[in-house]
Amino acid sequence: QKVTVEVLDHLEHLALVDFRDAEGVERLQKAIRFADQLREVNTDGVEPMDSVLEDRCLYLREDDVTEGNCTNELLKNAREKVEEYFVAPPGNIPLPKLEERETFLQGS
Amino acid sequence: QVSAALKEGHVTPTELCQRCLALIKSTKFLNAYITVAEETALKQAEESEKRYKRGQPLGVLDGIPVAVKDNFNTAGIETTCASNMLKGYISPYNATVVQKLLDQGAVLLGKTNLDEFAMGSGSTDGVFGPVRNPWSYSRQYKEKSVPKPRSVDEESNWVITGGSSGGSAAAVSSFTCFAALGSDTGGSTRNPAAHCGVVGLKPTYGLISRHGLIPLVNSMDVPGILTRCVDDAAVVLGSLAGHDPKDSTTVQDNFKPFELPNLPDVSKLSIGIPKEYHAPGLSSEILALWSKAADLFKNAGAKVIEVSLPHTRYSIVCYHVLCTAEVASNMARFDGLEYGHRSDMNNSTESMYAATRREGFNDVVRGRILSGNYFLLKQNYENYFIKAQKVRRLIANDFLKVFGSGVDILLTPTTLSDAVPYTEFIKEDNRTRSAQDDIFTQAANMAGLPAINVPTALSERGLPVGLQFIGRSFQEKQLLTVAKWFEKQVKFPMIQLEEVKRHNHDVFQHEKSASFS
Repeated sequence: QKVTVEVLDHLEHLALVDFRDAEGVERLQKAIRFADQLREVNTDGVEPMDSVLEDRCLYLREDDVTEGNCTNELLKNAREKVEEYFVAPPGNIPLPKLEERETFLQGS
Repeated sequence: QVSAALKEGHVTPTELCQRCLALIKSTKFLNAYITVAEETALKQAEESEKRYKRGQPLGVLDGIPVAVKDNFNTAGIETTCASNMLKGYISPYNATVVQKLLDQGAVLLGKTNLDEFAMGSGSTDGVFGPVRNPWSYSRQYKEKSVPKPRSVDEESNWVITGGSSGGSAAAVSSFTCFAALGSDTGGSTRNPAAHCGVVGLKPTYGLISRHGLIPLVNSMDVPGILTRCVDDAAVVLGSLAGHDPKDSTTVQDNFKPFELPNLPDVSKLSIGIPKEYHAPGLSSEILALWSKAADLFKNAGAKVIEVSLPHTRYSIVCYHVLCTAEVASNMARFDGLEYGHRSDMNNSTESMYAATRREGFNDVVRGRILSGNYFLLKQNYENYFIKAQKVRRLIANDFLKVFGSGVDILLTPTTLSDAVPYTEFIKEDNRTRSAQDDIFTQAANMAGLPAINVPTALSERGLPVGLQFIGRSFQEKQLLTVAKWFEKQVKFPMIQLEEVKRHNHDVFQHEKSASFS
């Protein structure tokens, strides 16, 4: 049961990383086949486990400001900035569709 | 021992620091360190020296040179996770565990090499190249090496460290530091510990803060401790464990640092041997050692019984799904805007993100992100992600049952075999390797249990082999006590590193032609 190009394209959009080549796609196929082994396990009546600490109360501290004022520190690591803003290219422009994108999947 | 020496003035912190820095330089061919923080280390050593002169050391760790895996944030020092995505990233803060070490006066020598973003079991897939196991250059390994008929450069025979905390393990094993921090998500501290002949401790999930540890799998990651002996691991654990308000997944129980008894007594204990850990692919050597170890306990009066953890063989599949899913989520933060690599692509936010991530992540990381996203798709969520979470509960319950039936500690192999040569290791891809190599270590992360690798003996090839002990949640004291007893019994040999100077010359020639992955 191979993964369709539509799904592969969808994944590239969601993940915003690329498969790059046939090996990348094959890697996913193998990963899925590997994961399919889970079907052999009977999990009727079993609750999913989120965390091993599920029986404990998560620590929540008081909503008081104890740290901060480190704008300069944080901005140091950003490549594009203006005053105290991180600068991003225009948003609201979706990634080009499969036909128009430069991606390995185009040939599929 | 070295702490006592510092106290008595036999050696000064600055001498110690300088010696370690010099050793790091002469063992550069191991590629264990990504960044060496020479200036700050010397400064820390000087401060420590002043404290010793005043007779006021901060504690046992004052002046002790340590190394930290490069996925922990260290203020003012580059933190790369061995990835192009974070090359040049200078952390603005210290991870809690790093801060704790510094507060105790430890001297931070540098950041150690790893698999990119801690994904891998060989420490071979980082952008700074693979880490070489110091044992490749030991007399013990060389004596057992079959001399090659062709004029093959002996350097190509070197073996891997295991991973993903290979740099940390190699650093401790080659004496360049006295303790190192690693991280453990599927065995990443215990695996290289076994291959490098050092102690590797994975604490209970929730005992040590993950604040500042760049996350892989939030529900399984823990900082790991690598040292040359069990007592050292207990000391480091003592300084790191405890609730951290900055990491709400750390438990609020009071943690009391402990000292291990000098003459541990195991006669009242029940040691469990999980039969499913007799896995296909387990080398006959390790099987024999495992058996001998069980006998050691029997002869000491402990109760040694076979137990069953029925879902063991699904553990690695379960891990694969949960890990990739969490990774897909955790790696989403790398978009080039606030830190790290940023692509020049400027058409739109999305295309900039895509280009940045395409350029910044290697195949392994991208592969896991894509797999993770696949398992999280609406049509797959129930059948893969939720299913894996259910299987996780079954695995955790297996352990609960066994520990509930009176077993105190489990004894298992840590790895399938001793360290393989790099040239052989890279024949299989990362995911296959990880699936094979994590098989014994992985379940402890699923269940959040503490586990430790203790170096046991040398293999026929002259390389270290270790065995693993798994304990009950938050029972590190008992776990380490048993480990210490075992360590005393097996008397694992010290590595006999040959003259490093000669190697420097040979390897530089080789490095010029070798390509870095």
